Amino acid sequence: MMHSAPSPVLQLRLPLWRSRMMLAIVFAGFAGMAARAIYLQAFNTDFLQQKGESRYSRVIEISAHRGRITDRNGEIFASSTPVKSVWAIPDDVKASREQLRELAKALEMPLAEVEKRLADQDRDFVYLKRQLSPEQAERVTLLNLSGIHQQREYRRYYPAGEVAAHVLGFTGVDEVGQEGIELAFQSDLAGHAGSRRVIKDRRGNVIEDVASILTPRDGRDLALSLDSKIQYLAYRELKAAVEQHRARAGGIVVLDAGTGEVLALANLPVFNPNNRANLTGAQLRNRVLTDTFEPGSTMKPFTAALALELGLVKPGTVIQTAPGKLTIGRATISDAHPHGALTVNEVIQKSSNVGTAKLALQLERQDMWDLFHRAGFGVVPQVRFPGAVSGKLRPARTWLPIEQATMSYGYGLSTSLLQLARAYTVFARNGDIVDASFVKAGAPAFGTQVVHPEVALAVRHMLELAAGPGGTAPRAQTMGYRVAGKTGTAHKQEGAGYADKKYRASFVGFAPVSNPRLVVAVMIDEPTAGKYFGGEVAAPVFSSVIGGALRIMGVAPDAPMRPIVLPADGAEVRESM
Amino acid sequence: MTRLNLGLLLLLVLCALATVTASHQGRKLFNQLDRAQAEQKRIEVEWGQLRLEQSTWAKHALVEGIARRQLSMRAPDERHLQFVAPAPAAPAAAAGSAIGR
Repeated sequence: MMHSAPSPVLQLRLPLWRSRMMLAIVFAGFAGMAARAIYLQAFNTDFLQQKGESRYSRVIEISAHRGRITDRNGEIFASSTPVKSVWAIPDDVKASREQLRELAKALEMPLAEVEKRLADQDRDFVYLKRQLSPEQAERVTLLNLSGIHQQREYRRYYPAGEVAAHVLGFTGVDEVGQEGIELAFQSDLAGHAGSRRVIKDRRGNVIEDVASILTPRDGRDLALSLDSKIQYLAYRELKAAVEQHRARAGGIVVLDAGTGEVLALANLPVFNPNNRANLTGAQLRNRVLTDTFEPGSTMKPFTAALALELGLVKPGTVIQTAPGKLTIGRATISDAHPHGALTVNEVIQKSSNVGTAKLALQLERQDMWDLFHRAGFGVVPQVRFPGAVSGKLRPARTWLPIEQATMSYGYGLSTSLLQLARAYTVFARNGDIVDASFVKAGAPAFGTQVVHPEVALAVRHMLELAAGPGGTAPRAQTMGYRVAGKTGTAHKQEGAGYADKKYRASFVGFAPVSNPRLVVAVMIDEPTAGKYFGGEVAAPVFSSVIGGALRIMGVAPDAPMRPIVLPADGAEVRESM
Repeated sequence: MTRLNLGLLLLLVLCALATVTASHQGRKLFNQLDRAQAEQKRIEVEWGQLRLEQSTWAKHALVEGIARRQLSMRAPDERHLQFVAPAPAAPAAAAGSAIGR
């Protein structure tokens, strides 16, 4: 066995305190670490946890778009699409003149304008240009300039442009509906953006979904009752007529008689919803719904219907209208041409004021009020559209006899064009009235009975006579379909009285008479090119719109396909005003 | 006893490794899903833009303008129209169809 010499180090006799001190230092080190650990784990854990998470956890915005508006066949009327807005922090922009020139080129705006916006050093945020196309935004991104940022926004486009402008309305830059359907259906159409918390890896890929903070909701798509083809046809014909007769304004509405759906609605003057610079109030007005006027002769069928309903007359009952004048109290009602003895049918066909007034004087004023009221006059139409008005129908007990007479032919009460069109569904259907609607309906509507079906049928016959060769509106005839309708030519009210040379020409009718499918109401305000009778100004618009619309809908013709017969010049029946 | 413990230890290590792999796979798959969703969103936006573009080009006013001006088209008048009644349903309607051509 080998005994090695003991190490000299071990031989040393060291003082005991040195090992004790060593031990104390080591323990103090452990104690320090434990204290630190307790401090971090127990007292500071929230802060650290948060710091750690912020390294890998992110909140991501999930965008949502506003619902699309389509016509009844899915044709796009309004749609939102993402665009970029470019904004800058002027202080942070460190770009050479050359780079700014590039930027101005990418933004398609003059260099001076860009420099002017960036020169404002006091502001921390300036928009350089809003709502850029994706291609433009891409070019700006490629420039990679500091201090220039982009923000995602949505912009709403209306491909139909001015054709459907009044129905659709528009939204502001922040995508909130301001007019028309966009406003009425704001809550349905609006979507709201959401956000979620995710974990990202070091390359920025999302690898785990932690929690959904706010579920995004896309706006609901909305299918309108409008038919884009009929809408275009109505707009085109109205525009042509307004230009031809140099009128101040015009309106047209096409209703589906079966469901009450609005198939087309147009107004002039109009605006382009895609470019709304320099808008005037006149352009924005949706006259069909928000303007009321005295309907004039278009009210006569309701008076006749009431007289028939109460059994006071039959369609063949003769009424003496000679000498074309009727004095009630101090006022005199007159016809444009004295007609002599007319049947009730002919009173409507020739649109005799005296005849209608004589019918009205046999009626109780309360009965008249009831019928007008049930036909929707003086009542705000049940339609989801901002600004729809009720028109004016005074309580029956305030009617004087002369007023009762004038109301029978449409003076002294007022209505919007939509109310008038809707009221005519009474004759287009079997005596019942349906509510108008802007939303595509699935099934035929149930109406509220206003007059007996036989009465509606009798009035329908009178209206067909009025829109025939011997009536006031032969120009309402359309090839292939039997049409029925009534003209209205009213003096415009101005101040307290009636303007002498200012007229409002209207026509309301429906077709095909054998089984009415469409009701069309046309109104032309202040035609100034010479012609002003409803039969000359409004009826031709009715004719081309209803003929075209029925063909578009594929409705089988119920009349021979032969050219329509117009009376010779000068032989036309002039209606009374 | 020792052998059993060693076996369990091995099992434990294997399980731990499997957990790590599974969670990695899960993250990879989730990333794929996320990309696919982003792609879906992008395609939806593009589809919306294309529909919008289609509507703009198929605008009735535009089509009519081209038909009338560039192609000199016009609607036929009554002399060039013949109405063919839906065959067996209504023979009476045929009365309205005899038009000169």
